[in-house]
Amino acid sequence: MGVIKKAMTGADAAAEAMRQINPDVVAAYPITPQTPIMHRFAQFVAEGKVKTEFVTVESEHSAMSACVGAATAGGRVMTATSANGLALMFEIVYIAASNRLPIVMNVVNRALSGPINIHCDHSDSMACRDSGWIQLYSENAEEVYENNLIAIKLAERVNMPVMVCQDGFITSHSVESMRVLDDASVRRFIGQYKPKHYLLDVEHPITSGPFDFYDYYFEHKRQQIEAMTKVIPAFYEIVDELGKLMGKHYETVEEYYLADAEFVVVSLNSTAGTVKHTVDELRKQGKRVGALKIRLFRPFPREDIAKYLRGKKAVAVLDRAATFGHVAPLYHEIRSALYEFPDKPRVVSYIYGLGGRDVNLGHITKVFNELESGTAQEENYLGVRDEDEP
Amino acid sequence: MKKKSWKSIPEGGIITTPGNSLKFKTGDWKTHYPEWNKEKCIQCLRCHFLCPEGAIKVKNGKVVGIDLDYCKGCGICADECPVKAIVMKKVGENGSD
Ligand code: SF4
Ligand code: SF4
Repeated sequence: MGVIKKAMTGADAAAEAMRQINPDVVAAYPITPQTPIMHRFAQFVAEGKVKTEFVTVESEHSAMSACVGAATAGGRVMTATSANGLALMFEIVYIAASNRLPIVMNVVNRALSGPINIHCDHSDSMACRDSGWIQLYSENAEEVYENNLIAIKLAERVNMPVMVCQDGFITSHSVESMRVLDDASVRRFIGQYKPKHYLLDVEHPITSGPFDFYDYYFEHKRQQIEAMTKVIPAFYEIVDELGKLMGKHYETVEEYYLADAEFVVVSLNSTAGTVKHTVDELRKQGKRVGALKIRLFRPFPREDIAKYLRGKKAVAVLDRAATFGHVAPLYHEIRSALYEFPDKPRVVSYIYGLGGRDVNLGHITKVFNELESGTAQEENYLGVRDEDEP
Repeated sequence: MKKKSWKSIPEGGIITTPGNSLKFKTGDWKTHYPEWNKEKCIQCLRCHFLCPEGAIKVKNGKVVGIDLDYCKGCGICADECPVKAIVMKKVGENGSD
């Protein structure tokens, strides 16, 4: 037993984690490219492999509403969605966080409409970055699996909901070799969920979701801000425990050849794999290049990021999402995390891959070359057509 | 009721003390309050039946006063009184009635 090697898609990895977690309630509505997660999970329900109450609702707004109800009642609750489904949930996404409910949601990243598109970018989860949810990003199927286990424990430790993001199709539909834990180890790791206050506790009745006027709303928001400061210490306790089981070392970010690197590319999700591969190739040519992958995006691990990026010559931040009217989100936050340090590197932005536009080794090599030669602008676009094809 | 800080209230906006709405005075947001003139009043009880908050206090079939803890200052009573025994006054600058 212990660690078992499997071949799985990112979607299957999420469903496998959900099977082992065996949540009390799952409420979901199908949407591409999330659908294979719930497809596989519905099969587990039908085969009696989980004891979950599986609620097949009529929309994502209802899915998140059912999750809020079930989590308020005291259940361990999970769901999954993508893009427009997440957008339809949005009202309740905020309520889940404000009511401090430890719901775990797999977000299979897909471009938000319009124009309508079903392929990968991060516009959906980035739109939720101020919602009060914790956000974990996953490079590959194994990280999807690990992040689900971390998310359940973290959510219940700090009473906050967690999104586990993976790239639509690129991760969700590609089969990879990955490792999982045996069922018993997972059950021991996540333990029993014992909520402090819950609606079905008839001995200690509570009112949930009451009107909150100008006399208390601000205090509740102040509490949410404070609660986020407890997440990173809790994250480290949890990943230290998981690390012993998986035989791995986890941080809020993953550094790759940063000790002696002069030029660094920062990214989220599957592109981190492409960047690391490019680093390997360029290292063979003797280039001092490295990569930083952001695993925990909310709360933003600015101290860990500054620790790795201070003193570098130049850093390119890759964003698979745009902010209309300002610089791209990850770039904005990385720059702000470095602002106070006198030894901060030059930091530039590359927007890439919107609506599933492919990103390859050639693109990332170009980014490193532009960093090294100093030809990168402050804001750059990777792979967009600037001219008509001849 | 003394207000608590963010450090001492339950998380997530839940209420852990059922029935505590009794302690919540709903009338603290009015800008005008009604003043009742006992001498002018002909005890027709119109104000009592029309007040949306039940704030016109009646004992033994007679108006005896107005409960300003729950009165929201809408002015319906003053508008409906046939003899102008109720007039609306501006709430003081310190927020008192
Ligand atoms: S002002 Fe409105 S709420 Fe107050 S006593 Fe008159 S009718 Fe009732
Ligand atoms: S409506 Fe006027 S007269 Fe009638 S009971 Fe009220 S205060 Fe008195």
